[in-house]
Parts: sequence; C-alpha cells; structure tokens
Amino acid sequence: MIPELGRYAFSVLGAWGSSIGLVLIITVISIYRAKVSKAALTALEKQHKGK
Amino acid sequence: MSIWELANPVRFMRLSGRVLPYVSVLTIVFLSVGLVWGFFFTPDDFRQGASVKIIYVHVPLAFLAINIYFMMFVTSLIWLIRRHHVSALAAKAAAPIGAFFTLAALISGALWGSTTWGTYWQWDPTLTSFLIMFIFYIGYIALWGSVDEPDKAADLTSILCLIGSVFAILSRYAVNFWSQGIHQGASLSLDKEENISNVFWLPLVTVMTGVFFLFLTLLLIRTRTEIRNRRITALQAREVL
Repeated sequence: MIPELGRYAFSVLGAWGSSIGLVLIITVISIYRAKVSKAALTALEKQHKGK
Repeated sequence: MSIWELANPVRFMRLSGRVLPYVSVLTIVFLSVGLVWGFFFTPDDFRQGASVKIIYVHVPLAFLAINIYFMMFVTSLIWLIRRHHVSALAAKAAAPIGAFFTLAALISGALWGSTTWGTYWQWDPTLTSFLIMFIFYIGYIALWGSVDEPDKAADLTSILCLIGSVFAILSRYAVNFWSQGIHQGASLSLDKEENISNVFWLPLVTVMTGVFFLFLTLLLIRTRTEIRNRRITALQAREVL
C-alpha cells in the first residue's frame, strides 16, 4: 500500500508536504477571517438596530 | 438573470451562500480521491521513478496559479471599464490564494527539479516568468494594503494586475514555445497524442478538478468576507457621523 519512494522520498514528501501545508494555511486563514468579519458585522448590525 | 446582476453585493451574498456548501463538498470529494489515487495507486515512471508523484501537486497548483491571475485580469478589467465593486473585491480576494498556490508550485517544482534536472533552480524562461508572476502577486497584495481609499486602491491594483498579466501569459505559454529552457513541455494537452499516459492523466485531472473547486470555495469565502468588511466600514463611518 505505502509506495516505495526510495531515493526520491525527500523530494516527493517535501513537495507534497509543502503544497498541502500551504493550501491548508490559506484555507484556515480564509475561514478564520470569514468567521471574525461575520461576527463583527452581526454585532455591529445588532448595535445599529438597538439604536 | 444577467451576469452583471451578480455585481450587486446583496444578490452575490445570497447566491454564493447557497452555492458554497455544494462547492465545498465537491472540493473534499475530488481532492481526497485524486490525492489518494495519485500517491498510493499510481505506478512509477520508467525514467523519473517515484519522483513523478510530484506531478499531482505541482501541475494542478501551477495551472491554477496562472489561471487565477487570468481571472484577476478579467475582473480588474471589468472594474476599470464598468466599475462593479464585486469584481474588484473578487480580484482582491483571489490574490492571496494565487500567491499561496504559486509559492507551493515554486517549492514543489524546485524539489522536482532537484531530482530530474539535478538543480533546484535555473533562470529558465518558464521558471523566471513564474517567479516574476509570484512577485506581482505579492506587489498586488501589498498595494491593496497600502492605499486607504478603496476605489483608488482598486484602480491602482487593477492597472498593476494588467501589467503583470504579461508574465502570467509568458508562464502559461513559455512551456510550449520557449524551447531553450530546461522545463519540459506542458503535461496536459488537448492533443491526445501529446498527452501523458492515462494511468497518470486520470488521477491528475481528478486533483486538478479538486484544486479548481478549492479555489472556487476559497474565492467565494474571501469575496464574501471582503463584502462584509466593506459593510462594517460603512456602518462604522455612519456611527462617526
């Protein structure tokens, strides 16, 4: 099941690891920013309706 | 409904909110299947050995990195001609995704190059134009951050994007016409004769579809965030008044 990478192990695992890692970072940042801005807007709109 | 009606932020928020769950599911399905298939169930190449597995991350990310820039080119042009705010915000939202994809393609490409060319980097036309495109991504993001007035920032970044698109076009087509470099030709072609074997092609297309849906998911999330941030700024300005 586990592929035999031999002397290419560093390159293959490095390329896969860095690519998946960077994709995960931008995904997490995007979701986090979305949550923060949604919460801020909801709070601000509530505040405005209360006025 | 005309496509221009999507430029209305309220309509965009409503429609994107409905589409987002489906696109997210498609991303997870295509990426999971494609990556597992590519890593565990594909054979080694007779020349490149196991290093060919890098194709499943490098090619989709490089392909999308270039095409995200083209998408930004189109949306920037729409902003400059028709002044639709959602198009400017979509370009702004796409830039960090493109920058991350470009960086990932540069790193995976360097690691692939170390095994096939014996070097991590060479000033080859394809590699160099791709690096310049990455610098344009960074410059584009920095310019958005450095101008306070949103419309002025959108104007300046759109012009920068149009200039940088030359390097995106070079990156896209240099693999086909610039034979002096060490970078091989395009891995995917509409000409069946020039394509790679199906055992590599099918999982590669699956990952590419997954990466495309991932971009779409992130683009929708980020554009929605930009629209919300604009609304927050407007409400805060009203409070000050």
